[in-house]
Amino acid sequence: MKTYSVLRVVSKLLIPYILLFALYVQFHGDYGPGGGFQAGVIFAAGVILYALVFGLGAARRVARPVVVERLTAIGVLIYAGTGLIAMLSGGNFLDYGALDHHHPQHGQHLGIFVVELGVGITVAAVMVSLFFAFAGRERVR
Amino acid sequence: MTQGVVTHGIDILLLTLLAGTAITIVRMRSLWAAVMLTGIYSFLGAGWMSILDAPDVAFTEASVGAGISTALMLATLALTSTEMKRPAGSPVIPLLIVSITGAALIYGTLDMPYYGDPNGPIHQHVAPEYLQDSVPTVHGDELSIGIPNVVTSVLASYRGYDTLGETVVIFTAGIGVFLLLRGPQPQKTEEDAG
Repeated sequence: MKTYSVLRVVSKLLIPYILLFALYVQFHGDYGPGGGFQAGVIFAAGVILYALVFGLGAARRVARPVVVERLTAIGVLIYAGTGLIAMLSGGNFLDYGALDHHHPQHGQHLGIFVVELGVGITVAAVMVSLFFAFAGRERVR
Repeated sequence: MTQGVVTHGIDILLLTLLAGTAITIVRMRSLWAAVMLTGIYSFLGAGWMSILDAPDVAFTEASVGAGISTALMLATLALTSTEMKRPAGSPVIPLLIVSITGAALIYGTLDMPYYGDPNGPIHQHVAPEYLQDSVPTVHGDELSIGIPNVVTSVLASYRGYDTLGETVVIFTAGIGVFLLLRGPQPQKTEEDAG
């Protein structure tokens, strides 16, 4: 699709806003609809749009497969790690109140923020690497 | 009165469109058109979810169902065929099974409380406590979370274990599909082994 200039220009205009909107959904999930799952998918959609318009090679240079593969695990580790830190701070696993002993509410806010970030990273990375895996294959038959 | 008519009109319109799209997808032979229609189905589903006051679910449906799934299915079609093969067997038995399951599900809804009924069992159990704890002004209470979007506090805190499990499921599914699709890569395996 590299030859369609209208597509190229429009998606060049759109992609930054898609990524920005994903970040908004990610970090505003405490107050409005959305959260890690939705944000991760929207972010991945931005990368996939880039891959569709500018080619798989260009997208792989932006979102390097090595990095993306590792990010799938890092998101889960961030989530589980938050739970472990809560345990080390004297609470139960995933009991974010223990993250801030003076102000359990702040601990909850922090915990939810970090955990949602982990979800977002894993979802975005899995979606992008799935698309790379599909698009990188030769046609069967 | 007029508002009720309009709301019911939108409900009926959306549900009719949903059913119509579903039937069209089933009868479709061109897979490419079917994938596009599943995207439309997801958008209609998202609209339906927002009517049911579930913006978070609507959001997920629109982004996952209409966005990513469509892109992944199109990528799959690019690898395989865009035309569906004719099914070998007779459609009578599948139709019978689907009809019986559908009838059982509809029979099951007869016992359900009405939509939004405050006396429904789901609103009597833990929900009132969650709602109260999510109010930002409640201070001093050790259990309170104070996040206005109750969905987020339920998802990430009260049901933190479930969400951790879901994230692991996504991770595992991603790794599985990834390993299957990537196939054997001799040079990579040597690198990894060494």
